Amino acid sequence: MGDLDFDVIGRALPYLAHGMQYTVQLTVVAFAGGVVFGTLLALARLSSFKPLALAAAGYVNLMRSIPLLLVIFWFYFLAPVLLQSLTGAERPPQIGAERSAYITFILFEAAYFCEIMRAGIQSIAKGQAAAGFALGLDYWQVMRRIVLPQAFRNMLPVLLTQAIVLFQDVSLVSLLNVTDFVGAAVKIAQRDSRVIEMYLFVAVVYFLLCFALSSGARRLQLRLAIVR
Amino acid sequence: MIEIRNISKWYGSFRVLTDCSTSVAKGEVVVVCGPSGSGKSTLIKCVNGLETFQQGEVVVSGVSVGAKGTDLPKLRARIGMVFQNFELFPHLSVMENLTLAQVRVLGRTVEEATAKGAALLERVGLAAQAPKFPGQLSGGQQQRVAIARALAMDPIAMLFDEPTSALDPEMINEVLDVMVDLAKDGMTMMVVTHEMGFARKVAHRVLFMDKGEIVEDAPKEDFFGRPRSERAQQFLSKILHH
Repeated sequence: MGDLDFDVIGRALPYLAHGMQYTVQLTVVAFAGGVVFGTLLALARLSSFKPLALAAAGYVNLMRSIPLLLVIFWFYFLAPVLLQSLTGAERPPQIGAERSAYITFILFEAAYFCEIMRAGIQSIAKGQAAAGFALGLDYWQVMRRIVLPQAFRNMLPVLLTQAIVLFQDVSLVSLLNVTDFVGAAVKIAQRDSRVIEMYLFVAVVYFLLCFALSSGARRLQLRLAIVR
Repeated sequence: MIEIRNISKWYGSFRVLTDCSTSVAKGEVVVVCGPSGSGKSTLIKCVNGLETFQQGEVVVSGVSVGAKGTDLPKLRARIGMVFQNFELFPHLSVMENLTLAQVRVLGRTVEEATAKGAALLERVGLAAQAPKFPGQLSGGQQQRVAIARALAMDPIAMLFDEPTSALDPEMINEVLDVMVDLAKDGMTMMVVTHEMGFARKVAHRVLFMDKGEIVEDAPKEDFFGRPRSERAQQFLSKILHH
């Protein structure tokens, strides 16, 4: 163990910071997009219009039965080919690994956020929606003003836990050769032959960030709790 | 004002309402009573379309509730409803509970809605509670806020679905007092309740329901004086002699 050289971290810090910036950006965008799309999916799953409910359920179950890594690969390699056959272009359109990652993560995370939001919506007593309807609010107003704000608050701990999982899962994009935090570390590790130092550093950073996030989540939850 | 004509409703093969007909005239107070499971709440919820029905017709102020083209939100905005479990919105302050639908449905400005809300809170004796959240109020206070919330929409009629059943005994009267005031002001009201004291005081007519049927529909004096049906007699003797 005597020949470990942790100076490599210091030298690579700007590059690693750049990778972390992409990781955070992808996490935030996938979280926001996933929550919005997932909430729409949840409303669809709870719809009394059966074809819509079935389609949403099919989508969610499919996404949740496939490993994330496969979805990432599929979207990256198959989507251009599919687009080509759909549009009849001469060559497959270039989506690019980074853009592909954004789309994949939103589509994938939405399936999980759908189930969280569905549970949240079902946790709100039916009488709440009835009271909204009785006041003359329409379906979207009842959802937006009454049901979803409460569902969101009830589900906040689970949503944030899922966000932390997402933050870690984002590291899989390094397999598309995208320079996220892990991707940056892998490249440095291989270039300078400092694998142990770099991976140790990555693990410590992830641990510290996730630990801080989950204690922050706990505090936020206490502050936002609804008095009943 | 409210016309209920021969409505029937089934849950699967179970019939919850059987050929119910009655009406509530403008300014009239009608109390609906009967044993639990008799269909009282279902009947009253058919009036503003919170419950659907398979047969018959409900017409409120000339508008058919069950008809295909009916703008239900618009109709509901004109009929106030008060629920057994209050159903205040717990994530909104008392004042926001009162202004939400005024602003979103009636298009009032926040200032107008707040002024209206403040006046109504004053009327139900809760002016000081405006900034609080529903969870900080007692049950009786919450139900008075719920009544104020319904009144904020300037309804042409009010529906009450067992408004005092979820309350502790010492809070029942503060809610009934507000309802008596409303009745005396000439509000059209349909009230599902077991509070026979309230019925005696302000009702014009009393409906007695049992097993999904309206068994008795009589002026208050007749109902309490000499109920015609045996079932109503039994029911009254059970709830009045304690």
